[in-house]
Amino acid sequence: MSEPIRFFYRGEVRSVDAGAPTRTLLQHLREDLHCTGTKEGCAEGDCGACTVVVAELQPDGEVAMKSVNSCIQFVPTLDGKAVFTIEDLKQADGKMHPVQEALVECHGSQCGFCTPGFAMSLWSLYLKQEGQAKPPCRKTVDETLSGNLCRCTGYRPIIDAARRMGELPHVSFDREALKATLQSIQRTEMYSYTHDGQTFHAPRTLAELAALRAAKPTATIVAGSTDVGLWVTKQMRNLGDMIYVRQVRELYRMEEEDGMLYIGAAVSLNDAYEAVCKHYKEELHEMWQRFASQPIRNTGTLGGSVANGSPIGDSAPWMIALDAEIVIRSDKGQRSMLLEKFYLDYMKKDWLPGEFVEAVRIPLPRKDVHFRTYKLAKRYDQDISAVCAAYAFTLKDGVVSDAHIAYGGMAATSRRAPLAEAAVNGKRWDEATLKLAMAELAKDYTPLSDMRATASYRMKTAQNLLRRYWLETNPDSAQPLQSINAFHYAEGAVTA
Amino acid sequence: MNSKSEPFLTQAVPMAWAEVGKPHPHESAVLHVLGEATYTDDIPEAAGTLHAALGISAKAHANILSMNFDAVKAMPGVVAVFTHKDIPGTNDCGPIIHDDPILSEGLVEYVGQPVFIVVADSHDNARRAVKKAVIEYEELPAILTPQAARDAKSFVVPPMHLARGDAQAAFERSRHKLKGSLHVGGQEQFYLEGQISYAIPKEGKGMLIHCSTQHPTEMQHVVAHALHRHSHDIVVECRRMGGGFGGKESQSALWAACAAISAAHLRRPVKLRADRDDDMMVTGKRHCFYYEYEMGYGDDGRIVAAKVEMVTRAGFSADLSAPVATRAVCHFDNAYYLGDVDIRAMAGKTNTQSNTAFRGFGGPQGAIAIEYIVDEIARNLGMDSLDVRKINFYGRNDEEGRNVTQYNQKVVDNVIHELVAQLEDESGYRRRREEINAFNAQSKVLKRGLALTPVKFGIAFNVTHFNQAGALVHVYTDGSVLVNHGGTEMGQGINTKVCQVVAHELGIDLAMVRASATDTSKVANTSATAASTGADLNGKAAQDAANTIRKRLAEFAAKRHDSDPATVRFEGNFVHVGENAIPFAELVQKAYMARIQLWSDGFYATPGLHWDPKTMSGNPFSYYAYGASVSEVVVDTLTGEWKLLKADALYDAGNSLNPAIDVGQVEGAFIQGMGWLTTEELWWNAAGKLMTHAPSTYKIPGVSDCPENFNVRLFKNRNVMDSIHRSKAVGEPPLLLPFSVFLAIRDACSSVGDHRYNPPLRAPATSEAILDAISAVQAAAEAAN
Repeated sequence: MSEPIRFFYRGEVRSVDAGAPTRTLLQHLREDLHCTGTKEGCAEGDCGACTVVVAELQPDGEVAMKSVNSCIQFVPTLDGKAVFTIEDLKQADGKMHPVQEALVECHGSQCGFCTPGFAMSLWSLYLKQEGQAKPPCRKTVDETLSGNLCRCTGYRPIIDAARRMGELPHVSFDREALKATLQSIQRTEMYSYTHDGQTFHAPRTLAELAALRAAKPTATIVAGSTDVGLWVTKQMRNLGDMIYVRQVRELYRMEEEDGMLYIGAAVSLNDAYEAVCKHYKEELHEMWQRFASQPIRNTGTLGGSVANGSPIGDSAPWMIALDAEIVIRSDKGQRSMLLEKFYLDYMKKDWLPGEFVEAVRIPLPRKDVHFRTYKLAKRYDQDISAVCAAYAFTLKDGVVSDAHIAYGGMAATSRRAPLAEAAVNGKRWDEATLKLAMAELAKDYTPLSDMRATASYRMKTAQNLLRRYWLETNPDSAQPLQSINAFHYAEGAVTA
Repeated sequence: MNSKSEPFLTQAVPMAWAEVGKPHPHESAVLHVLGEATYTDDIPEAAGTLHAALGISAKAHANILSMNFDAVKAMPGVVAVFTHKDIPGTNDCGPIIHDDPILSEGLVEYVGQPVFIVVADSHDNARRAVKKAVIEYEELPAILTPQAARDAKSFVVPPMHLARGDAQAAFERSRHKLKGSLHVGGQEQFYLEGQISYAIPKEGKGMLIHCSTQHPTEMQHVVAHALHRHSHDIVVECRRMGGGFGGKESQSALWAACAAISAAHLRRPVKLRADRDDDMMVTGKRHCFYYEYEMGYGDDGRIVAAKVEMVTRAGFSADLSAPVATRAVCHFDNAYYLGDVDIRAMAGKTNTQSNTAFRGFGGPQGAIAIEYIVDEIARNLGMDSLDVRKINFYGRNDEEGRNVTQYNQKVVDNVIHELVAQLEDESGYRRRREEINAFNAQSKVLKRGLALTPVKFGIAFNVTHFNQAGALVHVYTDGSVLVNHGGTEMGQGINTKVCQVVAHELGIDLAMVRASATDTSKVANTSATAASTGADLNGKAAQDAANTIRKRLAEFAAKRHDSDPATVRFEGNFVHVGENAIPFAELVQKAYMARIQLWSDGFYATPGLHWDPKTMSGNPFSYYAYGASVSEVVVDTLTGEWKLLKADALYDAGNSLNPAIDVGQVEGAFIQGMGWLTTEELWWNAAGKLMTHAPSTYKIPGVSDCPENFNVRLFKNRNVMDSIHRSKAVGEPPLLLPFSVFLAIRDACSSVGDHRYNPPLRAPATSEAILDAISAVQAAAEAAN
């Protein structure tokens, strides 16, 4: 049975019962509600002009408020949530919010088209910074705004506004009232929304999900819709029936078990990386920051990223290098396998109809395993890598064993480099071994040329990144990252 | 505030009371941040509004054999399909040469060329339906690169040639010679608001078009021709754009025409909003350039002979390629006197998007070549490139000589010597050069680089007659003022500046002056808001209009108080006549009762301009804007990754009308120019399809690309020309400032060969281009050992 979609927006709980389940929040805001403050710049979650803040109850009962790209969020995914747009920032007395005032003071808008999106990202930071006396550091500002493009200002005045907003008279936000509202619109049973023969299902339990998946093996599974959204807005694909997994509480499970970190498939990329970085801060923090953008990481999931299995994904190489596992479920039960075995060929994966990703399991740090991952792209923020490399060698007394070398962007899937691995296993991790392995990489991969890089650049940097790894980890003269990585060097130079 | 940019505390204008010179926020800033600023797509839609989408060519060069729209028409919500046969008037949207069909007539000349229009009940339905057309093509050979166009002698306009003296002879005589080549890529404008037009039929033959455009008058003309109507039937309005950068100068016409053609047929309002991918596939970009050069110079680095041949990728039609190439020719000197000169420029006809205006309009492409060359001269002579730059600067006066450009305009406002000296000193250039050398000597993987580059940029349209503007100023009886002018607001703050000028003239607060939407039914026959001239031209025209009203009010007030009109002062919302201070609004009310005209038009035509396109000489520019910047980078020699560590820029905005806006323009242009030269890469596949057609694949700078250490300052100066309040233009020239970023990267690349070899660094300097340049230097160094 189809029921209207219920969500809170601009002071009221709304029931929406119109349009395809793939209608985007942006379309709904602009075309149905005539709230035109939120803009469309790209309709693919890359420019941030459409940024809004979505509030939802977390499994722990608290309210999470996060920046989201409304251009690729389907309206039914908002059921039980609250949406805040630029129209919400103005105070009841008509005054601007400090975020807005700071933007004006700092001359943070020129053409103004990107401004509402920036304001909403900044507001999400404002909420997070509540109670903190110090203005956010540059790194935090960059993270917050990594999904917002501005073509006019060059960003400097917007960065200033991010630092300035906290200095203006504070405007508080009533989270408790929002929590009560959100609690009032939670459902107890599986939610379905049907329009024109197309149904959107939001199961609430793993069992429901498994049964539904078995019944509808061709339905499209949707989590953050950071990729699936584009199938609709760009490829104009018909998704058929949809199964939304982010209402399944069990899929938010995150815990350590048997030396592995279990991360449920509905956990957002930000939450997943935060958890992983508790164990691998040095190794993965940069990847976390550079993985897509803040709003994409807020809705996108590690499970979805793995299930999608793009050849250029940024997570697969390091997960493969660490021997991470994928947990697959169906109504018949659960099975696990090494992630590297899951990817068979270009966009081809080892699973059967009715199966879906339940979780990934990431090994915790092990003694003597030296793990690193590096990403090469045209831009630091929100870019898809040309080459993504990950290495995990066991080093004892300077000798390599159990070498794991994995790359993205070098083949039809993210995969390991068996010849290069063979060249280093059992050898002293010296420059001669490195050179041998670098030469073997040329036999391991035959990369392609495309708009991101040529085949020769891919090969050359794949080899050179192995050298960077060697510079960082070799037993004789290991060097700190800031002396061999431009971004790390720059960070040091700014603080110095 | 952690920013070290201009604090805007000083009052630049030596007057007791002034509205110009103050760092007022953008007139729409509050609306922007509230989300209440109305862009074309935000205008409440009239009842019955339909939505259009464009069907585009899938082939780079082909004859269309057949088109079948049955499946299109069967899609939900589809109302109509139009082809070129449905155009009542002229099927052309070319701004100068009429080689630019609105819809293909059977020949398609690039992947993305519009072929048909689908009109449906929603934007989404139109987009879905458009994909269902079945088009049969007969493919033809395609030309995709500028070099291929040159070799095939395929040009959109005849090649250009500018010569001074005998460059060949001077080259042969010169003590040192160098030869080389360079490729500099194009750039997508990437205005955040895509192309959009909303056409609403009015009574009779009337048509109102809300269009995101820098050139409402040209939109009016193109639509009138396409609909076979008079100009007076067509009204084009633009309140603001979400960015333009040149991309909405001529190329908004296609969208305006298609919306209008559809609306005219259906007698219903039709909106055409481009999806981002369509926008990038259909519209032209900054021209890429390929250069081959031969330079002769002396032991001190002074250039005596400059020969360059440049060929651009014009795309399939002329569009603005001729004036873009002209500006490139006129900016190959940048800030330098080049001795005997021979410059050839060709606009290659290619089977790609028709390239168009983009901030700088060929100027950046002309100037980057000479900066690249000067860099090589310095390296060849073992000199610091700043010293080679200095010795080649234009002379300051007739005694110094060397003060005439290759196109025969005398440089009479040269401040580059003192501007660069100030920046060199304040940025610690020499000290940092030594520090960097020391760092590079001990750092194996990371190398730092430094460069200081100057800018001299000519202000005015090269085509003399475009240098005119009109304005209307209305003073209402409550003392509030409305100004309308021919310029368009794309974020650059023209309305803020024009309002400041009007407020200043009438002695009232800025808050009392409002600018209304640009509208072809108010000010007629306007020029594009382009060539950085917006505030110069429209500011002067608005000042003229306000001044006429002021004079009338002064005369009226003087008469009433038996005083001399020349002594009447307008200040601080009061009109001072002798001992009397009358509130402005009160005087206005009295003047109205006395039947004094309280509104006026104003007009301005820039004096002293002339240009002979045949000889490529004359006085095309009213004055020059100057600037310079220093950039320091760190480069990873294993991957080609890099990071801008620090940037200092000094810009000559003359007597700035609004220093906050001007600094904003400089910073924005700097980052945008840096994007052009580094991360922004346009990439076509072998079949001629642009594969970087969305922000997922085309990377403009993001927030972390803005250096933490970014210091932009305005150089204290006054325009020697009688420009509006002696200010200088600021739109385009600062886009050339980040040449220093590109050349700092090249400097870092060069350090791997002890600065003995010239790194062949192409632009954009992506990590791949940087690594290629490093590899070439390493190979040269190895070969020499």
